[in-house]
Amino acid sequence: MSENSESHSGPLAVELHGISKSFPGVIANYAIELMVRPGTIHAIVGENGAGKSTLMKTLYGMHQPDDGTITVNGHAVQFKTPTEAIAAGIGMVHQHFMLADNLTIIENIILGAEPTDNRGRINFGVARERIEVLMASLGATFDPGTNVSELGVGQRQRVEILKVLYRGAKILILDEPTAVLVPQEVEELFETLKRLVLDGSTVIFISHKLDEVLTYCDEITVMRQGTTVAHTTPAQVDRRTLAQLMVGSDLPDPSGRETEVGEDIRLQVLGLNVASEIPGAKLALQDININVHSGEIVGIAGVEGNGQFELCEAILGLRPKLSGTISVGGNELSGSDTRTRREMGLSYIAFDRHREGLLLDSPLWENTFLGREENATLTAGPFMKNRSIEADSRVIIERFGVLTPSEQVPAFALSGGNQQKLVVGREMASNPKILLAAHPTRGVDVGAQSAIWDELRIARDRGLAVLLISADLEELIGLSDRILVMFDGHITAELDPNTATPEMLGTYMTGGEIVTSL
Amino acid sequence: MKSQRLQRVLVTSASSLLAVFVALCICAVILLITGKDPIQAYSTLFGAAGDIKVLQGTLNRATPLMISAAAVAIGFKMNLFNIGVEGQMRVALLATAVAGAAIDLPAPLHILFSLVVAMATGAIWAAFAGWLKVKRGVNEVISTIMLNFVALSLVAWAFKSFFTADNAPGVLLAKTKELPPSAWFPDIVERRLNGMFFIAILVLVLFYVLVWKTKFGFQLRASGANPGAARVTGVNPKRMVMISMLMSGALAGLVGMRALLGDVHAYQNNLAEQQGFNGIAVALLGRNHPLGIFISALLFGYLGEASGRLQLEDIPKEITTIMTGIIVLAVVIINEAVKRWDDKRIQHKAALALATRVVAE
Amino acid sequence: MKFLQTLSVARRTIFLSLGFMLVLSAVRLITNADDITSSGTISSTMRVATPILLAGLAGLWAERVGIVNIGIEGMMIIGTWFGGYGAWKWGSWAGIALAIIAGSLVGLLHALATVRFNVNHVVSGIAINILAAGATEYLSIIFFKGQKGGGESQSPTGKGGYGEFDMPFLTGGRVGSWRSPDILGWIERKHDLPLLPDLAGFARGLLSDVYVPTLLAIALVPLTGYILWRTRFGLRLRSSGESPQAGESLGVPINRLRYQAMAVSGGLAGFAGAYLSCVFTSTYRQGQTGGQGYIGLATTIFGNWNPFGVLRGAILFGFPTALKFRDEKNVPALLLVVATVLVVVAIISFTRQKQILAMGLLFGSALSATTYFLVDEVPQEFVAATPYIVTILVLVGAQQQLRPPAHAGAPYRAGENH
Repeated sequence: MSENSESHSGPLAVELHGISKSFPGVIANYAIELMVRPGTIHAIVGENGAGKSTLMKTLYGMHQPDDGTITVNGHAVQFKTPTEAIAAGIGMVHQHFMLADNLTIIENIILGAEPTDNRGRINFGVARERIEVLMASLGATFDPGTNVSELGVGQRQRVEILKVLYRGAKILILDEPTAVLVPQEVEELFETLKRLVLDGSTVIFISHKLDEVLTYCDEITVMRQGTTVAHTTPAQVDRRTLAQLMVGSDLPDPSGRETEVGEDIRLQVLGLNVASEIPGAKLALQDININVHSGEIVGIAGVEGNGQFELCEAILGLRPKLSGTISVGGNELSGSDTRTRREMGLSYIAFDRHREGLLLDSPLWENTFLGREENATLTAGPFMKNRSIEADSRVIIERFGVLTPSEQVPAFALSGGNQQKLVVGREMASNPKILLAAHPTRGVDVGAQSAIWDELRIARDRGLAVLLISADLEELIGLSDRILVMFDGHITAELDPNTATPEMLGTYMTGGEIVTSL
Repeated sequence: MKSQRLQRVLVTSASSLLAVFVALCICAVILLITGKDPIQAYSTLFGAAGDIKVLQGTLNRATPLMISAAAVAIGFKMNLFNIGVEGQMRVALLATAVAGAAIDLPAPLHILFSLVVAMATGAIWAAFAGWLKVKRGVNEVISTIMLNFVALSLVAWAFKSFFTADNAPGVLLAKTKELPPSAWFPDIVERRLNGMFFIAILVLVLFYVLVWKTKFGFQLRASGANPGAARVTGVNPKRMVMISMLMSGALAGLVGMRALLGDVHAYQNNLAEQQGFNGIAVALLGRNHPLGIFISALLFGYLGEASGRLQLEDIPKEITTIMTGIIVLAVVIINEAVKRWDDKRIQHKAALALATRVVAE
Repeated sequence: MKFLQTLSVARRTIFLSLGFMLVLSAVRLITNADDITSSGTISSTMRVATPILLAGLAGLWAERVGIVNIGIEGMMIIGTWFGGYGAWKWGSWAGIALAIIAGSLVGLLHALATVRFNVNHVVSGIAINILAAGATEYLSIIFFKGQKGGGESQSPTGKGGYGEFDMPFLTGGRVGSWRSPDILGWIERKHDLPLLPDLAGFARGLLSDVYVPTLLAIALVPLTGYILWRTRFGLRLRSSGESPQAGESLGVPINRLRYQAMAVSGGLAGFAGAYLSCVFTSTYRQGQTGGQGYIGLATTIFGNWNPFGVLRGAILFGFPTALKFRDEKNVPALLLVVATVLVVVAIISFTRQKQILAMGLLFGSALSATTYFLVDEVPQEFVAATPYIVTILVLVGAQQQLRPPAHAGAPYRAGENH
């Protein structure tokens, strides 16, 4: 491929060659090859965790690669900070906006690069003029004098793009820009990007939504498991092939199991509707129906942010529902609080172990005790039995292979994989009837991963009902008895892991539909 | 296995000691600059430690400090900053002085009644701040500061307008009607050390047991350490805010009782002044731990008691107030720096232990 | 644009003031409490309000850069002491200058603790308040005790000479040696007219017998607005208080700005303190600030972190005290003013579909009016508590309208928050 680049008229806008980047315990990128022609919208697609964001941070100077070369407009570069990347004409629109709500649009855009007279007074007239020119080229119509707090998500993104353009960037990186947008805004965004490209800019567009990539982008690089696996154009591939490239051609084999799924329904969700946190937005969950039997693992596949989080919160009673029922072992849960639900045998491996799973500054034995205050062997009346709690903690540490000097160490000192094993261990230690497991092996090393999987299988064989939420197809197919696909707050498909194909999964997860009978 | 815990304790104590040492050094420089002899000053100041009367006075002064520090610390454990202890104490003082004088009970019951009134009124005043936080999202720092001044004015007004008793001849300071002797908290050492000291010790012990040994205390600490993690286990953070605010206020109500029940036996305007504020300094130096609070309260109590001797040497006793301020500032700065260093050390050690374990396997 | 919004706040301030004058005027005619709009009361209000205004601006500068400054009281205490010392040694202007420098240094100490060492802002502020109280007590004994007129808790009388100001022609100021006519004073004495004498009294209060430091403090209001909303420095400073991450990602030196803003904040608080010890009185006295630093903090909130709002708050909070100083008998008339204002706000709330709030306001109004007819005197304590109660009510009732800097008080370390 690299020989071809010589034949183009000018130098490539961006060329990455042999880039690799690893973090302690994880190889995030290796052997990356990326060639972006100037004046194109170049999509980088891949699943969650395929290494797209790491790659873009490398390009933007937020960290340095361990290996490989970066060439921008024909010049080899090494960016130590984003400021240097900005100076080289690269701008990044982060997925989480970096905007000050109480400042005006103009103020947000010019911050750090203010046009001033020699007494330090800002020339707002000049700034406004320049911004209005840029806005016209984007087709943006808001008044730059208004506060950012008054803008919607789509407009905020427009401001982020303006910030980048104002600094003269010709190469724009957009990190999953459509994740937060409604369809209409997506269309507007691409109109904007098209205009920019016509004006001579280059756009690198990170996404996992295949439809928009195929519709709007000029070239596509596919990433899988930390490296680039294909470089193609929308003309050369169809959606099915692309999905296959993204997910990988060889799906893992579903695990054979000797035990049978039980007869009784442990967890039943019927017609569940949950409102969004954003007033006026569409429902976060719409007409969800799920049954999990004893001894069954039901996988929920889907790109993050399609309602999985709200589903867990609703089941745990942390979020009000609009309608529908949730029952555990035949008992309807309306009116019972989270504590009661946990007493009934509900357990939860939270999405983010740092935000909702651990007390980072507290010792491990307190962490394994968290949420188990009603356990009769660990407490006596209102009192904690510290000795028993510490002993119990050592058992969990031992059983789940948490590598730590002792149970007295604060949780922050452990590696991510060990922290996760601790959380899984705690949630399994109370012998739950139902386990909500959200990304149980996210960010952990291979050894920890297989240990956690084994524990889940053992517990399942003993009759545990598991609702497994994951973005890792290997995990889903390897563990689940059935897979439900969630997209946009709906359950869009139910698949048998034995017959599911990468194409089916990829299509449903990215919002496509397969016109066959289910 | 226990060595980790011991190390943490050592590191914590060492950083507090370092702060006190740094403060002593800075104060020595200040003394030098202002033409006083620091060695003479410190030998006078700390030379008083052998005097039994000074020690009794120290314990007596430490009594309200321990209680108000516990009131502050219980909020801190929940990440709540109750600056309103002073105001809550003041409301409780007047209410108890009035209620205690209006009623007739046998001695132990009368004292108990007074303490309960004090705790209840303190808790009610603190409940305002709790309510504002839970229902209205008003930052408790701002609301407790504002409520302090409201309490100050309200109490001064109510005292002046309704509860000032006719003065005995020759007494200039206005007071409420004196409490009957049945409500007086007995002294341990006549006029030197009041029995409220035992209540303060009891408060610290109960504080320790409640926060470190009970399920409730665990949930409180968990909500303070990570509200998100506590929430998914079914602990309601708002409820915890309200409860800890009420408990803090109840303790705040007790702060002034040594002065009221054990000393003056009536309300007057400057009664127990500043004792609510001083608890913040004690809690900060004591790292919100009962033992630390006990030691810090003794230190501050001692400084207050022994400072009078400095004046005999023509050294202003206010140097001890400066010392208090510098100690607080030094302790928070050094704590932050030490925590940063210690966290890295522990992380490093854990990684090291892991590596050896893996090799061994 | 944001600056225009500030200007519109200024315009709104004028508009609201006019409306308020109308209410005052009506109440004056009804109750014959002539002093509630007399030039004497207004100029006295300005004198009382000056330190509150300065403390409020100190809070504004700190919070706008993202640092909560509970230490304003302590910085003011330092200001009173150094003001008193400087005035005693060299005169009141030197006292003010010295206090500003000392206040700035304490401000920088707060910045050092919170920025460099990442100490909790509230904790650092409290430590500074304790330290300031102790340091001034100690220094007084070293420097003032035994001096003529001085003592353990007060400084010798300072040399005066900060100057007072009278506007020629309008309020009888001098032009050369000739005393010009006092036109506003003449109008003000026509008590039977509605509104006109009130306005004249108001204007005369602002333009006669004014301390020059008060004029300076008032000038700092538009100056703060200009610097914060018009200059590069100001924009960056505000970005630090709103979203330091955004600023940092664009190369704004957040930490340096925080030191600079805290130096200004401390200097303003020092000025506020010096005003008390060299202008309002001419000696330093222990405990002179009497919690005015906290009123300043309340004013920052009440003024919605806007300089003109702070001015409004300072005048509002200073007014009852000033009235009290002049003549106790006038204070109950304020209850009628409160009642009227509450009715107006209730009507506004009602049109905005906030019936419950409106009912509450009407109830408050009725209560206020009833009290007026029942009492002859409003206790000093209620006057003193007014700023705090008003601030709590604002926090409870109007929180949606408040726009505190989004990042004020939150921990931040450069390069660690992504």
